[in-house]
Amino acid sequence: MIKYIIKRILQTIPVLIGVSIIVFVILRVFAPDPAPIVLGDHASAEATAAWREAYGLNEPIVMQYLHYMQGVLTGDFGDSYFTKTSVAQEIFSRFPATIELAVGAILFASIFGILFGTIAAVKKGTWIDNISMLFSLVGVAMPVFWLGLIMIIFFSGFLGLFPSTGRISSPLMRPDDITGLYVIDSILTGDMKALKDSLWHLTLPAVVLGMYSMAIIARMTRSSLLEVLSQDYIRTAKAKGLNSKQIVLRHGLRNGLIPVITVIGLQFGTMLGGALLTESVFSWPGIGAYTVSCILKSDFPVVQGVVLLVATIFVTLNLLVDIIYAVVDPRIKYGKKEE
Amino acid sequence: MERESTLKQIWGSLSQNKGAMAGLVIIVILAIIAVIGDSIAPYDPEYSDMTACFVAPCAEHIFGTDQLGRDIFSRVLSGTRISLTVGIIAVSISLTIGTVVGALAGYCGGKVDMVIMRIMDMMLAVPSILLAITFMAALGKGIDKAVIAIGLVSIPEYARIVRGSVLSMKQNEFVQAARVMGNKDSVIIFKHILPNILSSIIVRATLGISTAVLDTAALGFLGLGVQPPAAEWGDMLGRSRSFIFNAPHTLIFPGLAITLTVLAFNMLGDGLRDALDPKQRK
Repeated sequence: MIKYIIKRILQTIPVLIGVSIIVFVILRVFAPDPAPIVLGDHASAEATAAWREAYGLNEPIVMQYLHYMQGVLTGDFGDSYFTKTSVAQEIFSRFPATIELAVGAILFASIFGILFGTIAAVKKGTWIDNISMLFSLVGVAMPVFWLGLIMIIFFSGFLGLFPSTGRISSPLMRPDDITGLYVIDSILTGDMKALKDSLWHLTLPAVVLGMYSMAIIARMTRSSLLEVLSQDYIRTAKAKGLNSKQIVLRHGLRNGLIPVITVIGLQFGTMLGGALLTESVFSWPGIGAYTVSCILKSDFPVVQGVVLLVATIFVTLNLLVDIIYAVVDPRIKYGKKEE
Repeated sequence: MERESTLKQIWGSLSQNKGAMAGLVIIVILAIIAVIGDSIAPYDPEYSDMTACFVAPCAEHIFGTDQLGRDIFSRVLSGTRISLTVGIIAVSISLTIGTVVGALAGYCGGKVDMVIMRIMDMMLAVPSILLAITFMAALGKGIDKAVIAIGLVSIPEYARIVRGSVLSMKQNEFVQAARVMGNKDSVIIFKHILPNILSSIIVRATLGISTAVLDTAALGFLGLGVQPPAAEWGDMLGRSRSFIFNAPHTLIFPGLAITLTVLAFNMLGDGLRDALDPKQRK
């Protein structure tokens, strides 16, 4: 088992190095020269040359990459072309907002996805099943940014129930900074007012971002549970006289949720992509909206940093899912095939 | 003869599937709109009447008008052509490249396989929309570039499917027989292997169009897609969002059009999967 885990961890390293190379080549070789955008069209040749020198853009591309990676290993991702602060600082000041949004979304998606999927499986073939499956079909088809706009029109504009922008009503209400996640920080500091306010702001964006994953999780739960419920041991359980609620909860869900865990893990990674759009819609001060603006103004060091960070998270999640899977499901034989 | 009966069988199973048929009907209607949309549109989709901005849906403008007084119904019709074209071209790009590299990886095995699949893993390690935007940074704005970016980011999905199918096909006796008979590798791949995995490719491509339509809309929404005054659904949403509370009708219809299109391709794709690939049924 440990051998398997180590092997999987080692496999992720070349993938991440590869990602860094791909992004580096795209942005430094193929992208148009950022100098006129950063310095303006009228910058003098000397100023441009000095700027290129300062950012190391005059070196051969291979040296640029090696220097970049040398920095990355020590946590130095370069400086933003615009704010001139370090990319690491730019990213980490915004990252907690994105994590809070994505965690809220995955919680919403998992809870309601498993709930709807279970109900649909138990009531298979009834109108409840049909409606929840239709709902999940539509949930997958709606563009996340459109869903966001519609929710804002309805819940913020029409009903006036939820705010449409930001993480908190006023900067003065911000809880003391411990983790950067407002919900967690306000619980830790016992600040109930901030907790209520940040949850209130989080609800709409989290529901919007989680909707797609909820639909996927519901479909997965339904099909997996249906498969488990048709197994022999479920018949045995019925024969033993267990009532159907006990059967579904004790035997069905416990076994049926294994593939669902995988899906949840993968969905969390996908959400980091969806966050890009959700954050733009809700003016959520996270990394997604910021990345979009950086791409639009050619602030490439930031983009490189974000892509590397997101890829690392994505790959780590895949790794965790594989490991959990191997632990939970003894049928999976790890690492023996090749030997 | 035999081919005809297989097609009949597939059609028989597909026509039993209500969802798939509904999807197919919607797609046919969308395709017709894409072809003749501009001639049935009541107004020029790019004509702006500044005396009639933000008209709510009414008899003259059934979907209302936008911030520049353009008829939204005509623009939604016109956007159908852009979305379907982009979807089909993007899928063609990823399908072609993905099939070739996937077949190479599966057929050649060894180092070729390892190098190709590691590159695919790298592309899969970044959420596709983030990767597409990064490509856009290099390519520049514009719908033609968006098509390329969207096409490129989906290559790994096709490559994986094709590689897997080729690997399992390679073990079949008819492939080994073809090899023993001295056929060239390219003949074996294109004549003997690919036709047999066509069904899984078709299923993936149908579902792929819906992803491509969604991604196009997303890039348009972020302002990276079509350039004004062309009408593209995502771009329409992106430009109307500042008027969300004054004129919500500007946002409803382009979004509905995207959802309907994606839904239709998803339903047809699911139906095709059940009809063509009973094993993959979920």
